[in-house]
Amino acid sequence: MNRTSKQEEIRIGVYVCQCGLNIAATVDCAAVAAYAGGLDGVAVARTSAYLCSEPGQQLIKNDIAEKGVNRVVIGSCTPRLHEPTFRKCLADAGLNPYLLDMANLREQCSWVHAGDPQAATAKARDLIRAGVARARLLQPRRELSVPVTNRALVIGGGVAGIQAALDLADSGCKVVLVEKQPSIGGIMARLDKTFPTMDCSI
Amino acid sequence: MSDAGRHPNIELLTLSEVKEVTGHVGNFHVRVLKRTRYVRESECTSCGDCVAVCPVVVPDEFNMGLSSRRAIYSPFPQAIPSSYVVDIESCLGHNPIICGKCREKCEKNCIDFNMSDEILEFDVGTIIVATGMEVYDPTELDEYSYTKFPNVLTSMELERLINAGGPTGGEVQRLTDKRVPDAVSFIQCVGSRSFKTGHRYCSNICCMNTIKSTIMLKEHYPETEVKVFYIDIRAFGKGFEDLFQRSKQLGVRFIRGLPGSVKEDAATGDLVLTVENTATNQLEKHRAGMVVLATGVHAPEDMHVLQEMMALQKTADGFYLEAHPKLQPVDAATRGIFFCGCAEGPKDVKESVTQASAAAARAMRLMTPGELTVESITAEINPEACTACGICARVCPYHAIQFDKRSGQPARVTTAACAGCGTCAAECPSNAIEMHHFTDAQITAQVDAVLSEDAMNRIVVFACNWCSYAGADFAGVSRLQYPPNARLIRTMCSGRVREDFVWHAFEKGAPVVLVSGCHIGDCHYIDANHWTEKRLQRMWKKMETLGLRKERLQLEWVSAAEATRWRDVMEQMEQLRKTVTPKEVAETRKALAQQAGKPAKRTARKKEAKPAGQPT
Repeated sequence: MNRTSKQEEIRIGVYVCQCGLNIAATVDCAAVAAYAGGLDGVAVARTSAYLCSEPGQQLIKNDIAEKGVNRVVIGSCTPRLHEPTFRKCLADAGLNPYLLDMANLREQCSWVHAGDPQAATAKARDLIRAGVARARLLQPRRELSVPVTNRALVIGGGVAGIQAALDLADSGCKVVLVEKQPSIGGIMARLDKTFPTMDCSI
Repeated sequence: MSDAGRHPNIELLTLSEVKEVTGHVGNFHVRVLKRTRYVRESECTSCGDCVAVCPVVVPDEFNMGLSSRRAIYSPFPQAIPSSYVVDIESCLGHNPIICGKCREKCEKNCIDFNMSDEILEFDVGTIIVATGMEVYDPTELDEYSYTKFPNVLTSMELERLINAGGPTGGEVQRLTDKRVPDAVSFIQCVGSRSFKTGHRYCSNICCMNTIKSTIMLKEHYPETEVKVFYIDIRAFGKGFEDLFQRSKQLGVRFIRGLPGSVKEDAATGDLVLTVENTATNQLEKHRAGMVVLATGVHAPEDMHVLQEMMALQKTADGFYLEAHPKLQPVDAATRGIFFCGCAEGPKDVKESVTQASAAAARAMRLMTPGELTVESITAEINPEACTACGICARVCPYHAIQFDKRSGQPARVTTAACAGCGTCAAECPSNAIEMHHFTDAQITAQVDAVLSEDAMNRIVVFACNWCSYAGADFAGVSRLQYPPNARLIRTMCSGRVREDFVWHAFEKGAPVVLVSGCHIGDCHYIDANHWTEKRLQRMWKKMETLGLRKERLQLEWVSAAEATRWRDVMEQMEQLRKTVTPKEVAETRKALAQQAGKPAKRTARKKEAKPAGQPT
């Protein structure tokens, strides 16, 4: 269990992104941030027009530096999109990038409940609350480095596979190009001229 | 093409298929089956002496069967490698009594019937999937009579006829009388944009391919009358509109409306097209000496083989699904794997080449630094709590847990091999495994948080990162609307969802719980979701024993491409939630509390897990 944090006071920063109007048109972002401010362990809660923008990220960095924020909860788009962005933001500010949780207020809230702002705002509050609950228990993690084989496999020897193989090979990477047919060339090799310039294909 | 054949950094494996991919980004292990050509590639000079003596004649697939080839052949003049190949299916064999003529004729002695298929194994850091597409076969679209009338061709057949290297030396001839047609009609969208036969999507390339062919026809045969029947012309790319206008200036007629039927005049071999011209609202008849069907393209039949091998995902159209349509357009969701060309969707040469360069750059970005960091989501076993039962080692899809039953020592995780699915932590009967960054405590805290207010109106959803969570994202991107009661808790894999999480949710008053993951066969952690399924079976049984309605725990497989399915599942869950009464929830809590009070809980489950244990 996560008991190492005993000596350290948890100070969570909650940032609710408006994403222009993508989130703000449906979710009352200010109300969600105000609600988050009252949650246990939350040191600061703010909204931002675009949190992924440079000024948006600066907000977070400033709070880490000036307000001693040591856990970050972001209410924005899906973590599948911007988790790397915000992890880097934390790392730049000297915080371990794993001390971040993201609440999905866009793909799984404002965009799918556009007709019901009240319910969407309630859901956003719940998602932030869950994020804060997880953030309290987050621990720093160190990433493992693994060696990479400098060889690529290209499956398919049509025009795309050939181009990819050549670009890689010209950059000094070893390439294995696997083609099912007896010759590379694919569909392109059958064409006489190609549009729009009417030059030959091979 | 020839550059690729002679590049010192490219090893070309033709007649080859990838049979197995294991490992991870940076270090994939690949097994390839290389079928033999029966001709030694390095020695064959492509002199063609062997072809001259081969007695076997078969249709030439490169020319769409419009010409013939021998059993020993070169696929086409510019083939790479240029070496000849024996089509062993049609070859009479090397027994000198039967044939073996090519072998006798070959001065360099490079034909060898004793060559055999090879299995090659090697490691790679990245994989680029460029498996391309297939051209739609219009035989199922009978209104255009492709199977009945020889002068109805496909666009690919016309392509070979008009090609100087083709069966007629570039002369466009009718198959019935070898004459140049005086009128050619193109029918667009054959196999595309149809809700009845073929595919619903636009194949992207057929409009411009037809326009190109009309210009070539007009350049070769200015007197030939050329018409194009279309729904709308999609000339959206750079330089496309100019080409469209050039075609019109050359006298090509574009008529809006697809023919309802194609009839043949048996005496002349000419064809009559009946079409409703939607610009004039007139029913018109058009005569043509040749009809060309602008056939669309589709994903190859065997795409699922690589899909299952590398845990890739497909769109509803059947092509591979990229990690993000705009920001990661050539990345697969599996790190280290990239798409380019028509494997990702129908596209033209320029777009294929652009994407290929992008995929190469993305692959280089991973390989150039020489090492890469892996997300620190790994399992760790607490040796003091471990009872050395070995279940974790058995369920690990990556064999990343070392365990020796005889030694009685606690199990150990090989961190570098651990991919972070969390199945071991979910299955451990002693709760001795900590899943870093997705700990039991963190997930339980999330469950508590989403149920702390108005629990009766909440749907607790556990969604795997790669498929279901991504499917929910796709529903969002598509702006599909569904009831606002679900609260998602993301885990890397559905295999991570420990029984306790679900029981905890029910104890906290959840009316319904959904566990969702990748479809069986699509799991990003090889087969971890098999364990999810087994676990849910176990839980349903337990719910029955406890007198709980097992429908309240649902298991759904939703892929990253199934946005509408996600919406449907959400609606079904909401309907289900409405059937649960506060009384039922209270009874559930009571039943679970009683169950929790029994000290034998964990050992009982441990015993139960053992006999279930010999999966194949």
